[in-house]
Amino acid sequence: MPSPKRIGKIEFGLLSPKEIRTMSVRKIIWADTYDDDGFPYPQGLMDLHLGVIDPGLRCKTCDQKASECPGHFGHIELAKPVIHVGYTRLIRKLLRSTCRSCSRLLLSPEEIEKVVGTEDELTGDVLSEKDIKKERLCPHCGEQQLKINFEKPTTFSEIIMEEGRKIEHKLTPADIRARLEKIPDEDLRHLGINPDVARPEWTVLTVLPVPPVTMRPSIILENGQRSEDDLTHKLVDIIRINQRFKENQDAGAPQLIIEDLWELLQYHVTTYLDNEVAGCPPARHRSGRPLKTLSQRLKGKDGRFRGSLSGKRVNFSARTVISPDPNLSVIEVGIPLAVANEMSIPVQVTSYNIEELRQMVLNGPSRTALDRPCGANYVIRPDKRRLRLAEGNLETVAEQLEPGWTVERQIRDWDIVLFNRQPSLHRMSIMAHRVRVMDGRTFRLNPAVCPPYNADFDGDEMNLHVPQTEEARAEAAILVAVEENILSPRFGGPIIGGIHDHVSGIFLLTNQTRWFTRSELLYLLKNIDVTSLPEPGLVQGEEQKWSNKQVFSMVLPRELNMVFKASSCQNCDTCKRQLCERDAYVRIIDGNLESGTIDKKAIGAFDGQIVHRIIRQYGMKRAAEFIDDITHLAIRSIMFDGFSFGIDDEDLSRTEYGQIDDVLKTAVLDVQRRIKIYEDGQLEPMPGRTPEETLEMQIMQVLGKARDRTGEIAGRHLGLGNSAVVMAVSGARGSMLNLTQMAGCVGQQSVRGERIMRGYDERTLPHFRKGDRGSDAHGFIQHSYKGGLNPTEFFFHAIGGREGLVDTAVRTSQSGYLQRRMINALQDLKVAYDGSVRTTGGRIIQFRYGEDGTDPMKSSFGDPVDVKGIVESILKEEV
Amino acid sequence: MRSEYEQQIDAAELPVKTKEQLKKYLSEKEVTSDQFESILNRVVSEYQNTRIEACEAVGIIAAQSIGEPGTQMTMRTFHYAGVAEINVTLGLPRLIEIMDARKEPSTPTMTIYLEPEYAGDRDRAREVSWQIEAAPLHEFGDITIDMENMQIVVHLNTAVCEKRKIQPAAILEIASRKIRERRHYRDFEFETDEKSAAIIFTPKNRESYQNLFQLAEHVRNVIVQGIDDIERVVVRKESGEYILYTEGSNLKDVFDVEGVDTTRTRTNNISECSHVLGIEAARNAIIYEALSTLSEQGILVDVRHIMLVADMMCMEGEVKQIGRHGIAGEKESVLSRAAFEVTVNHLLDAAVANEVDELSGVTENVIVGQPIQLGTGDVKLIAKPLNLGES
Repeated sequence: MPSPKRIGKIEFGLLSPKEIRTMSVRKIIWADTYDDDGFPYPQGLMDLHLGVIDPGLRCKTCDQKASECPGHFGHIELAKPVIHVGYTRLIRKLLRSTCRSCSRLLLSPEEIEKVVGTEDELTGDVLSEKDIKKERLCPHCGEQQLKINFEKPTTFSEIIMEEGRKIEHKLTPADIRARLEKIPDEDLRHLGINPDVARPEWTVLTVLPVPPVTMRPSIILENGQRSEDDLTHKLVDIIRINQRFKENQDAGAPQLIIEDLWELLQYHVTTYLDNEVAGCPPARHRSGRPLKTLSQRLKGKDGRFRGSLSGKRVNFSARTVISPDPNLSVIEVGIPLAVANEMSIPVQVTSYNIEELRQMVLNGPSRTALDRPCGANYVIRPDKRRLRLAEGNLETVAEQLEPGWTVERQIRDWDIVLFNRQPSLHRMSIMAHRVRVMDGRTFRLNPAVCPPYNADFDGDEMNLHVPQTEEARAEAAILVAVEENILSPRFGGPIIGGIHDHVSGIFLLTNQTRWFTRSELLYLLKNIDVTSLPEPGLVQGEEQKWSNKQVFSMVLPRELNMVFKASSCQNCDTCKRQLCERDAYVRIIDGNLESGTIDKKAIGAFDGQIVHRIIRQYGMKRAAEFIDDITHLAIRSIMFDGFSFGIDDEDLSRTEYGQIDDVLKTAVLDVQRRIKIYEDGQLEPMPGRTPEETLEMQIMQVLGKARDRTGEIAGRHLGLGNSAVVMAVSGARGSMLNLTQMAGCVGQQSVRGERIMRGYDERTLPHFRKGDRGSDAHGFIQHSYKGGLNPTEFFFHAIGGREGLVDTAVRTSQSGYLQRRMINALQDLKVAYDGSVRTTGGRIIQFRYGEDGTDPMKSSFGDPVDVKGIVESILKEEV
Repeated sequence: MRSEYEQQIDAAELPVKTKEQLKKYLSEKEVTSDQFESILNRVVSEYQNTRIEACEAVGIIAAQSIGEPGTQMTMRTFHYAGVAEINVTLGLPRLIEIMDARKEPSTPTMTIYLEPEYAGDRDRAREVSWQIEAAPLHEFGDITIDMENMQIVVHLNTAVCEKRKIQPAAILEIASRKIRERRHYRDFEFETDEKSAAIIFTPKNRESYQNLFQLAEHVRNVIVQGIDDIERVVVRKESGEYILYTEGSNLKDVFDVEGVDTTRTRTNNISECSHVLGIEAARNAIIYEALSTLSEQGILVDVRHIMLVADMMCMEGEVKQIGRHGIAGEKESVLSRAAFEVTVNHLLDAAVANEVDELSGVTENVIVGQPIQLGTGDVKLIAKPLNLGES
């Protein structure tokens, strides 16, 4: 394949009137578009020379069909020049810095030299308006300069002092153009204008280019009526006024009328270029909607630049709802058959694969069942013609097939596809998965890959793309694949790992010591590829038994050695190590779990220590297999015992309820006592705080402590037999705080970090007395979620909850913008072959990336080498 | 640990930190030479494997690594960990503030370390804090408005002056000068009486009580001791030494105060850092501030990403904003600027100046639809098929 042509550079400049006329294929004089028969008027806005949009017609300029003709420009000769709105600031600058009679720069050569530098030694600076003093004499012809006034959007005037009075003399665009024409090229260069491509008088338009119809196609409504594009509407206005202007001019109409028409023409040209100019009422459609004219087309998020040029639409993509499937591998994605039948991969026919492809063509476009081989949707002949395969033509096409043709075959199992979820905040938001065609109508994925996508299954949709070239597929498999993205480049730790039930399941399996019979063991290992069982750890007469730690060890690599503390570790002052009553001291020697519980710290996403170590020691591929095994094992083991959580799991006994009541009562009394002290004026304020603030802080503290106490009481009653405790301790989901709120006490509701103070005069709700500072009057919820909130508590809870929602909404937009700005600022940086960081333009930013040339993704949480891990795994002991 | 091991570690091509870690972990272990050799080999090969690859789009990765966790950050202003008295902007607003390269952060604060002879003693630390904390005149004595004689009488309390280590005479001198210079109020006359440590202020215009009260307001609040910008100082003991935390920041004046350890004292005002200490200090301040903002929220981000952002911001010798008025707005490429913000103006200006877009950056190449010059798109190697002649 020949390498594609590159565009070397793009140069920007102004169109001169001459250029506009040269590139124009037709002078447009009629304001109408189509005649009664629906045929475009010659020299009208839809002239066939400007290109065609209706199928069947041919362009009169290039004689091509609608699909091929790119369109051609026309032009309108304006009766009088008008100002281009985008250049009013430039015109103002030029008028103020040049002489009103000779049009030379209002600076002597010496003064110019001061800013610009001498010819041999240019400073690189250009002159600006500030360099010129106001209302001085021209150094070249001695003319007295006048103040130039500019009024938005396009009016320029000179201020003449006459008998002490200021008289404004309006400058017409023609006057301005005349002045600009006289500015010498040399002076323009000093002002930062290149006269070769941008003479300033070209910013005052005498001739207006008419864009091709392909740029402003009309749409045919259901009732057969034509609806014209906004640009066409605006051009109609311009031509209409222009014609009227010309007629009046020729008829010698009075100056007043001419001026009015001139202004009207200026207005229409202005709004044609930009319909959001300050000081200019926007042109509106008949319905009252402001027209979308040229500037509006380019601007903003959905404009040409950000909407169409930087973001492109693609074929070979699919989108549907996602749902979980724990039996898939993390590197796979389940694809509905209906989607798989639509998506295709082009395959070149060669003598080696012709039979296989012929069979695919014969299979046709509709694969009916999962076990059927894939078919093909299109074939492409060597002359680039596409043939759609349908029931009728399968045999004939299959027979014609020969090397040189291309068959677009449907995707099948193990094809590589890109999978994506928006917002794509980091590169792991797009990863390459292997296809698994499945029943149903949703994309299926292993829940372990949810963290990088930040996906859940409450109705999320995801996108799928099928790479179409060999290069793209190679890149997908080598760089984008899931198994290459387990490590996050953000901090150098694993971002894929067990979540939720994986963690609970593996926790239940490995906590303390349990023994399994052979059949139980096989139940647990059913979804894991094991070839042999280890020696039983316990033989009781006839019965062989295996310990839970043995079961887990079966998925570990043989040479793994590591020691760490599980997330259920309580950070005791002196670690009891193997004797830890929570079994939180994890010791893995030679791939055998000797002691400890496996939980979030070991296999979880973001901090899976075992996953991390396996990646460093065996590579990401082995880690992906490990994650597969661990998730499958976890799901089996959580099914072994069963795991559920219901309303009665939050029940406490009578003694606990009594204790909780006591704690809350004393807290409320304590608050009242402190309020009393404050109201008596006895409260000692904290340094730098008012007594009120001090009181508030004390109250918050007392109530916070009380809530925590209720949590402790509840936690004492609910042991590891409680599912919520298992989830909290193992790090699977939720925390003890959630449990506290469910079983103990919801606690203080807050707005902006303070107790709820807003509401009525001196009180939050009419249920309380004015000036009541008590705990329940300001949003302390004594009840638990289980026990139920009373109406005032419920209302406070809603207030606190609302703040969270608002916070999230504001945050997403702010952080989105921050990220857009950062991407824009840093996107051109890359590591050069010498290890330095440079922009694509060649500027050096860092001489060595990150000062040590370490890839953050390959680093071990920032360190270039995981020394501890290496020493540990070779010495086989804790270091 | 055997000394030959140590020599071997020193001879290996490894960064200093890794060598130190190796020595630390091996120091109290019995290691056979086989084990040592395999450890060292693994360490060296792992070090070689963690080198960054050429053509890696490190900029985009850095931006994503800092931007992605932004959604997880809080929006609220919190109290400094421990220092309940001082409010500091944290979380996402602070991160945005750093990237915006604001002239003045919304909550400027300083952490002032003291020289050893002051750091250990609470009273001496307090002495330094008097020199820094802005103290208005009314804290030093009684201010009475004498309506009958149309004058304001200030009687300094010598005990307070003693405690705050300032001569009453000095206050007498500073007060009137500062009202003129700092508060820009000149319509008064004054008389000092050093013996009784008193000043009498009289407004020039004795007709209006309004003037008198206005003057009284100025007299009451004129800063006579400390540094004007620093509204509050809190002394705290941290890991065995006294540290001053301030609300408000003025690096230059604080450096002049006796007892301040200028090598460790820092401010969170990055542009002030840049002016007082130079661009390298500003770069380090950006790294420190961004990193501590992120880690305070419990978000782990590699320093290298933040360093890259900081280097980009400081490349031109002054701190540049990330965004329209900084890096993104001053790019070479017209198309890239147009695609970012204020599309139309960039295009119009480019036309007049006859700018040329060399299409070297990412956005430009996406716009025209050709491979970008990063990653695999940057590799210019093309394999020639060997058997071209045969087929």
